[in-house]
Amino acid sequence: MTNKALPYLLLTPAILFLLVFFLYPFVQIAVLAFAGPEGFTLSHFQRMTSHWKFGTALANTLILTAIIVPVQLALALSMASIVTRLKTGRSTILYIFAIPLGLSDLAAGIIWLAIFEQSGFLNSLLVGLGLVERPVLFLGYQNIGWIFAAVIIAEIWRATAIMMVILVSGMGIIPKEYYEAAEVFGASRWQRFRKVTLPMLRPSLQTALILRTIAAFEVFAVVVALGGTTLPVLMGETYQWQFSLRDRSVAASYALVILAISIAATLVFLRLLRVPKEAKI
Amino acid sequence: MAEIVIKNVAKSFGAFQALHALDMAIADQEFMVLLGASGCGKTTLLRIIAGLETPTQGEVWIGGRRVDHLPPRQRGISMVFQNYAVFPHLTVFENIAFGLRMQKMGQPEVERRVRRTAELMHIEQLLERYSGQLSGGQRQRVAVARALAMEPDVILMDEPLSNLDALLRLEMRAELKGVLAESKTTTIYVTHDQVEAMSLADRISVMNGGKIVQNDSPVEIYRNPAARFVGSFIGNPPMNFIPAKRTDNGRWAVAGLELDGPRTERELIEFAIRPEDVFPGEEGFVADVRVVEPLGAHTLVTCDVAGKPFRAVLESDRRVSPGETLKLMPAASRIRWFDLDTQTAIPA
Amino acid sequence: MSSAPVAANIEDRPRPVGDAGRAGQFVFVAAIILLCAWILVPLYLLFVNTLSSPAEVTGFPKSGLPSFSMGSVQFFLSFSGVGQALWNSLLVAVLTMVFSILLGAPAGYALSRFEFPGKEIFRLLVVMTRAFPLPLLALPLAVMFIRTGLDDTALGLALVHTVLALPFAVLITFSLFAGIPVELEEAAWTLGCNRLQAFIKVILPLVLPGIVASAVFAFTISWNEVFAASVLTIENRTLTAFLVQNLNVSPLHLKFAGGTALVLPALIFIFAVRKYLFAMWGIANR
Ligand SMILES: Nc1ncnc2c1ncn2[C@@H]1O[C@H](COP(=O)(O)OP(=O)(O)OP(=O)(O)O)[C@@H](O)[C@H]1O
Ligand SMILES: [Mg+2]
Repeated sequence: MTNKALPYLLLTPAILFLLVFFLYPFVQIAVLAFAGPEGFTLSHFQRMTSHWKFGTALANTLILTAIIVPVQLALALSMASIVTRLKTGRSTILYIFAIPLGLSDLAAGIIWLAIFEQSGFLNSLLVGLGLVERPVLFLGYQNIGWIFAAVIIAEIWRATAIMMVILVSGMGIIPKEYYEAAEVFGASRWQRFRKVTLPMLRPSLQTALILRTIAAFEVFAVVVALGGTTLPVLMGETYQWQFSLRDRSVAASYALVILAISIAATLVFLRLLRVPKEAKI
Repeated sequence: MAEIVIKNVAKSFGAFQALHALDMAIADQEFMVLLGASGCGKTTLLRIIAGLETPTQGEVWIGGRRVDHLPPRQRGISMVFQNYAVFPHLTVFENIAFGLRMQKMGQPEVERRVRRTAELMHIEQLLERYSGQLSGGQRQRVAVARALAMEPDVILMDEPLSNLDALLRLEMRAELKGVLAESKTTTIYVTHDQVEAMSLADRISVMNGGKIVQNDSPVEIYRNPAARFVGSFIGNPPMNFIPAKRTDNGRWAVAGLELDGPRTERELIEFAIRPEDVFPGEEGFVADVRVVEPLGAHTLVTCDVAGKPFRAVLESDRRVSPGETLKLMPAASRIRWFDLDTQTAIPA
Repeated sequence: MSSAPVAANIEDRPRPVGDAGRAGQFVFVAAIILLCAWILVPLYLLFVNTLSSPAEVTGFPKSGLPSFSMGSVQFFLSFSGVGQALWNSLLVAVLTMVFSILLGAPAGYALSRFEFPGKEIFRLLVVMTRAFPLPLLALPLAVMFIRTGLDDTALGLALVHTVLALPFAVLITFSLFAGIPVELEEAAWTLGCNRLQAFIKVILPLVLPGIVASAVFAFTISWNEVFAASVLTIENRTLTAFLVQNLNVSPLHLKFAGGTALVLPALIFIFAVRKYLFAMWGIANR
């Protein structure tokens, strides 16, 4: 009972939808970024790069990503290993670990604002312990370092969950026999982790890293919530150019920059964590 | 009337040819058993008849109607799947009733049929359970009951009893045969179990590598294997084979014996005999006994004849021990000959 | 079960020499407690702020205990535009949920059940959308929406959010359908069902919980999305867009109450779908 047309019929709505709302605007962005009054132009790009905030925004975004993602990877791996080792209370712990999965970066920003703002809980604690005389202004514009730290902490707090969930499911499908075999051959727990878990986890690591890195390039609301416009990032600049500066072509150029580094990162991870077809489970 | 005719049916999965141009006819109300090694294409053939797989070429006819373009529900068949396919979200009762409800049958009749088939399969006490609460064998019986309840013209069964214990299997086998004969159903039945095949079948089709090697009554299949494969596959233990060389006087030299054989151009052919058709005596193959397995009614002896393993089934009151040397004489009427090139039987 | 077998079990297991094993166990438990605190304490502090009066929220130092004053909550709920924003968020999220399942589930089914030319291209298209900073699509779409009258509407924003949620819907439903043996469907066909009947009677009841889970996932994606919502809505702000827009000007207690409004549904939803969180990644990430 094979109906040759049926799969296409089932795919048509999704394909049409993606054509109209994904591919078409994608092309539009490119057109906006490169089209001037006399055809092709790089003037929007020049305008973007010559603005003093561009370099900072790019650097900030890359540095944030370079710090956040590796820490998250380590944390997510630890959490996932803990969860897989648990026997009692596993589902409760999992739920707690997974809570941030449902939270927006905006919510995370607001949550950490409650801690870092001048009358916030961190200051209450520091003053209470007598470590400082008076509340510190962590999130002021003189204190870029602290804003940076707050953003990093908030992002790690919020977005480690998605990595953990992907890794836990990845670990779940590694056949138990491999561990048992490794144990029989005398591998310690740490060796089992290095020699069995990590290699077998490659596909999941790949997915997790790609998803998280791309999302890290799009960091926006946390930064706005914690630092306003003090800390420029690419996505924030895109927003600024679109609304405050009302230049949609430059905004589109920014979009293409984010796209370019996203694609570059994806390719790097695909290559780095390549899973040879023959080596799949 | 539901005879099944298969004409020139072939099936390939990509580059792999699972079935090679099969022809087969199953008479109305006949019980046909498909027998063959794992992976030889039995399930594939069944699925093509059921309409779950489209053949690459060929035609399928059921009850005089060409059906290869029809969906399964219009073919008048029902099927027992090799892995049961019992619906996990329905009770056993609703599983068995599923097809009946699709026919919009009234509730009293549904009840009646479900109970009757359930009793037949000894699962009447399980009707309220879900598939997750059943053992493999129980699930299998639900699958059979579900197919039987439909009272179809044609029933296709893919190893329907494979997961039952020996005793239950024996009992189910007898009941199935009775029910299917009574309901005048045409049956195609896949099994690995030769005893089951012999006891159930009107005819057996032996398959090998996507081809039907022989299609005959159980006795014919056993006594006169059309191909070397059939002899080596059917029978427990299977036939013994020994190379035979033509002698100057037109007879055949087989492991030290000179026997009368077929008339053929060939210089070298193969001699075959079933293990129970050799008798110890003063003359015969010189056989060094290696292993002795007493099986109750008989004793299975594995010996060495002309440097090759050779099995014989002997009366169990005859004491044999390893290391002993026997003389085994083949019963002349039971000797079969095979062509080494074509692997087919040479008529005597 | 009595406790005896359990005890025996513990005895049986080969352990590193007593103390080391116990120390390892201690570190393990401590790590779990620390990690749980790391997740839960910030949330707790947000709730403390929300359940304090506006004066306490701006006051210093803080006790870390809620006064259970409804002042902030009341202020938030009566703040002009908040009710509308909550309603908009809900509307957009529900629409996104419906669209992504209606579009994604058939595609997931097709991928799980058929081999057909072009399958890989479609999968690539879906995976590609994941590698794309999707909220940025809002920029050109804003223009297109103005032309078609979709600008500043819940429908328009929901369409963009559907682009975000669709890849997940496709991959999750794909793994759900792939997890259901084809034979169940085939058995239904041999028992008199056509394709649609077999789907409704056999497949649907089995995947429904998973579908609900992936719908909820789509809901949270939309509920949480900030950038596209800010770009595409002006009058009809969603809660996230509303909060971002007012971050600089709004008082702290408004932010915190707003934060809680964002967090609560997410907490409930993640709890509701916790069973499926893993199933959907296990296969979907191949
Ligand atoms: N969908 C498929 N794609 C590719 N190859 C297949 C497919 N289905 C079956 N095959 C191959 O076709 C051959 C026949 O399979 P089939 O299931 O018919 O065997 P069978 O005789 O039923 O075996 P068993 O006794 O083990 O059930 C096998 O080699 C199998 O690997
Ligand atoms: Mg089979």
